[in-house]
Amino acid sequence: MQIYLPIAEISVNAFLLLGLGGLVGILSGMFGVGGGFLMTPLLFFIGIPPAVAVATEANQIVASSFSGVLANVKRKTVDFRMGTVLLVGGLVGSALGIILFNYLRSLGQVDLLVKLSYVIFLGIVGSLMFIESLNAIRKTRQSGGKPPARKRHNWVHNLPFKMKFRVSGLYISIIPPLLVGLLVGILAAIMGVGGGFIMVPAMIYILGMPTKVVIGTSLFQIIFVTAFTTMLHATTNYTVDMVLAILLIIGGVIGAQIGARIGARMKAEQLRILLAMMVLAVCGKLAFDLLLQPAELYSIAASTGGGNH
Amino acid sequence: MLRLVALIVCLVSLPAKAQEIVLGLNQNEVAITATFDGAEILVFGAIKRDAPQIGGNLGIIIAVSGPEQQVTVRRKDRRVGIWVNTQSSQIEAAPSFYAVATSGPLREILSNGEDLTHSITLPRVIRSAETNGGDIGEFSNALIRIRARESLYQVLEETVNFEEATLFDTAIQLPANLTEGDYATRIYLTRDGQVVDIYETSIAVHKVGLERWLYRLAHDLPFAYGALSLALAILAGWLASAAFSGFRR
Repeated sequence: MQIYLPIAEISVNAFLLLGLGGLVGILSGMFGVGGGFLMTPLLFFIGIPPAVAVATEANQIVASSFSGVLANVKRKTVDFRMGTVLLVGGLVGSALGIILFNYLRSLGQVDLLVKLSYVIFLGIVGSLMFIESLNAIRKTRQSGGKPPARKRHNWVHNLPFKMKFRVSGLYISIIPPLLVGLLVGILAAIMGVGGGFIMVPAMIYILGMPTKVVIGTSLFQIIFVTAFTTMLHATTNYTVDMVLAILLIIGGVIGAQIGARIGARMKAEQLRILLAMMVLAVCGKLAFDLLLQPAELYSIAASTGGGNH
Repeated sequence: MLRLVALIVCLVSLPAKAQEIVLGLNQNEVAITATFDGAEILVFGAIKRDAPQIGGNLGIIIAVSGPEQQVTVRRKDRRVGIWVNTQSSQIEAAPSFYAVATSGPLREILSNGEDLTHSITLPRVIRSAETNGGDIGEFSNALIRIRARESLYQVLEETVNFEEATLFDTAIQLPANLTEGDYATRIYLTRDGQVVDIYETSIAVHKVGLERWLYRLAHDLPFAYGALSLALAILAGWLASAAFSGFRR
């Protein structure tokens, strides 16, 4: 069934969109990530204009992370205080990201910016995760499954403006969480992702938060940052496509439930190594596209804003 | 049957000229609905004459043109190993859609001079303005090539049936990725490459129903549109979570 997307102004198969939403939903349910980093490039591949893909994906992430955070609130695994500090940084970052996005859009370099950000960040996170989970698997084989101890003190603990985060059991400066939030906010605006794939490792390795509160807290922060990003895209670029978002959300929430069940049956290290491989695959595909000579060297863009009226 | 009736009515009611085009369309309005998947426009008509036909090689050219837009065409080049947009060219006005259908080879039924005067073929329709590096012609050729691939620009030579130099008809496919606006439809009658009569009408293409409402809301009240998008997302997220915990219980 073809459906005409009112903002993207193209006609797409509705089942293809539901299917994509479902597929990414399964993966995000399995790995506990938002899936934006997979969905946005997939939307590029099926021909959704990049500006619409990025803005609409932000809207979809609001739905999936809200659904996820409710489950975490019940389990009391959300550090609201830490989430709020991350959020302050995130909102500033998001606003900066939109300014950068619109500036580069006027120069015609937004596609490059989005793709380069993907290659760089997916490359770094994918490689780190891959190495880390390989080491973890080797260690469990050798010593019969003792998890490695978390490093308690690093440079983060020597900064001023300390604050107590009871749920995380931390007493640290608010500067590092603000910076992490800022970086993730910029990425959310530019890449159309929640930024969970960067925030989660940052929370564990830089801030030293316990793993059990990391997912819930990152989801809590992501809801607000992506909601803010959606509003900014909707009011400055008119590029949020509600019909597209709803189809992706429906597919996504169903997929996420299936994925969560599959994920529950797998070992954490196996899951992480699979996720790392997937992240690296997406990164590799995008990197190749930048390095190989494209079939069509020319591209067309509307000169005046988004609309035709 | 309906076509024939329409034709006869037209034939009877029009004032006299030496040779004149009389036209019908199967629809002069295209509604973009949620399930819009392109449309087919049937163009049909006749040549009305007071005196018997004077010799010469007659031809029919039908051009359908979407609203004009200003566009930027960019060219990629290799910089530090990766492909980056470098040169660009402003195209002052290019139709969002353009189809030209003819009864015979364009070179035979339309002279270059007449093409220049009436801007009928694609290279004449597109008005280029400025470029920063590179050749303007290359950029407008690229525009034509890319849009032709998306069926937005169509050159349909010899697709118009032209019977006994009097009756003509053709079908033009409008693709699914249409822009809203008035689609100017022009029919040219040529004799030995010279335009002898022009008939002009327009087809209105617009979004209807939900599509229209969402589009207008997004542009007129962007804040409300954004808030509605978010409210729907939150509702969907809550429903999913509620349904899931219902399952587990």
